[in-house]
Amino acid sequence: MAQGVFAITEQRDGELRKVSLEAVSEGRRVADGLGADLTAVVLGTGIEGLAEELKKYGPDKIWVVDDPALADYTTDAYTNILSGLIQTADPAVIILGASAQGKDLAGRLAARLDAGVAMDCTAIKLDNGSLTYTRPMFGGKIVADVAIEGALQIVAIRPNVMDITEAAKDSAIEKPAAEVGEVKTAVIQKTMDTGDKIELTEADIIVSGGRGTGGDYAVIEALAAELGAAVGASRSAVDEGWRPHSDQVGQTGKTVSPTLYVACGISGAIQHLAGMSTSKYIVAINKDAEAPIFSKADFGIAGDLFDVVPALTEEVKKVKG
Amino acid sequence: MDIVVLVKQVPDTEALVQIADDGVSIKTQDIKWTMNPYDELAVEEALQIKEAQGGTVTILTLGPDKAIEAIRTALAMGADQGVHINDPAAQGSDSLATAKLLAAALKDIPYDLIIAGHRAVDEDNYQVASAVAELLGIPQVSMVNKAEIAEGKITCHRTVEGGTVVVEASLPALFTTQRGLNEPRYASLPGIMKAKKKPVDVKTVADLGVDAAMVGAANRKVKIKALNLPPERQAVKMIEGEATADKAAALVKILHEETKII
Repeated sequence: MAQGVFAITEQRDGELRKVSLEAVSEGRRVADGLGADLTAVVLGTGIEGLAEELKKYGPDKIWVVDDPALADYTTDAYTNILSGLIQTADPAVIILGASAQGKDLAGRLAARLDAGVAMDCTAIKLDNGSLTYTRPMFGGKIVADVAIEGALQIVAIRPNVMDITEAAKDSAIEKPAAEVGEVKTAVIQKTMDTGDKIELTEADIIVSGGRGTGGDYAVIEALAAELGAAVGASRSAVDEGWRPHSDQVGQTGKTVSPTLYVACGISGAIQHLAGMSTSKYIVAINKDAEAPIFSKADFGIAGDLFDVVPALTEEVKKVKG
Repeated sequence: MDIVVLVKQVPDTEALVQIADDGVSIKTQDIKWTMNPYDELAVEEALQIKEAQGGTVTILTLGPDKAIEAIRTALAMGADQGVHINDPAAQGSDSLATAKLLAAALKDIPYDLIIAGHRAVDEDNYQVASAVAELLGIPQVSMVNKAEIAEGKITCHRTVEGGTVVVEASLPALFTTQRGLNEPRYASLPGIMKAKKKPVDVKTVADLGVDAAMVGAANRKVKIKALNLPPERQAVKMIEGEATADKAAALVKILHEETKII
């Protein structure tokens, strides 16, 4: 009978992604609740050090698959290897991050293993040995509780939501036999943002601008820089060509869950609210005191963002001293 | 180049979605339905490839009677034909069952390339396209904002956190769309008139040779236990003050002391 929990980690260029630490930490909680073992799996090449790092989060075992063919993520290679490992170990639950990689992988792996997937979950609840997954749907307008039937359950967790918990263990590091198999895709180039641009889905703080900016993001960027925040945008700002698509927060953009979301000159269209409603604290700044954004905010300032935002930047400077 | 586009009809993103009395589904009446926005990008991309290289564009959807509207919209944009899997037994299928039905239909449709949205903005499952590619045994590339086809290969710019990865795959292949790929065209009036005469093939679960015990709401692996509205926030605290600087100071003080973020 299937038992045990697998946490599939994700690394890029030899660095574990934050969501992987969330997946292993959550995997530890689920495994403890089920009275089962947790195995963390890491794929890549030249990744010996990562196994040591993963010990901090308390897996019972760490499986390392080190192969030059795994230097970059490809759907085929990862699916081939992971499906092989899963068929061998027969775990009951697989946890991975709902990142670009996890979203690409989960459906393929599930089809190969004929398993159900709970995608982009914000909570995992354990009750009498059965798991219920909480996941936003309709871009967050609705929150569903779902359960998965079958011997294997795959759950992809929303980045930046679940806690990272250190619980160091002297985990056994093993290198299971694994076949890369047939690979029909190849990564031929990677272009990563240079400098210290913070990824929206991983940011602790996001300062976002909408139509009210009129396309001038200087004050938004200044506040973001002072806060160490990522800069986001509403759909209308992206449609106007003021910001790249990758900055868009909303139902047809990114869904974000920062600790603090500062919405500047964003009226609060329903599809935007859907993308940021799981933020812990929401601050709204808008000229129109009746704007819908205020109904979803914790704190609001009715005023012109070009006055308010620079004033906030000054105050943040003072506080940070 | 024969291209199949996977399309789904979904509630408009501006629609207010309400939970039905059963507590596990949404009220489908009184809301505006539309083609999934990411699928519009897929249709547009297929049409642009066809215009450049020739071939056919087939629209494949799974849905109830009204889902024909999404097919007609795509045909009005310029697609050639539609296949509509329409069977009460298939209603409420989860992602994997949906993929099995679509993959079964694709056995009878010639294709070199399949294009789909990276997710449907209703259940936000991000799985159907990947599962279809797996069931067909073809490579996939997800969340693509630029695609080029040459010499039996497709080169896709795939968006990932903090950058872009260029992935090459041999055809036949499947890729999913991301915003930035193109600007979908509107259907023209002559296009809408022509669409009415374009062929749409209707398929049942039995036609596709799929076991009815694997599909439909009753056979979901992913069971919806309950739908809830997101927790309401406390009423907004508006920061008042004489001058802007006072309000800013008050807000930063709260964020610093109460929320401990700054």
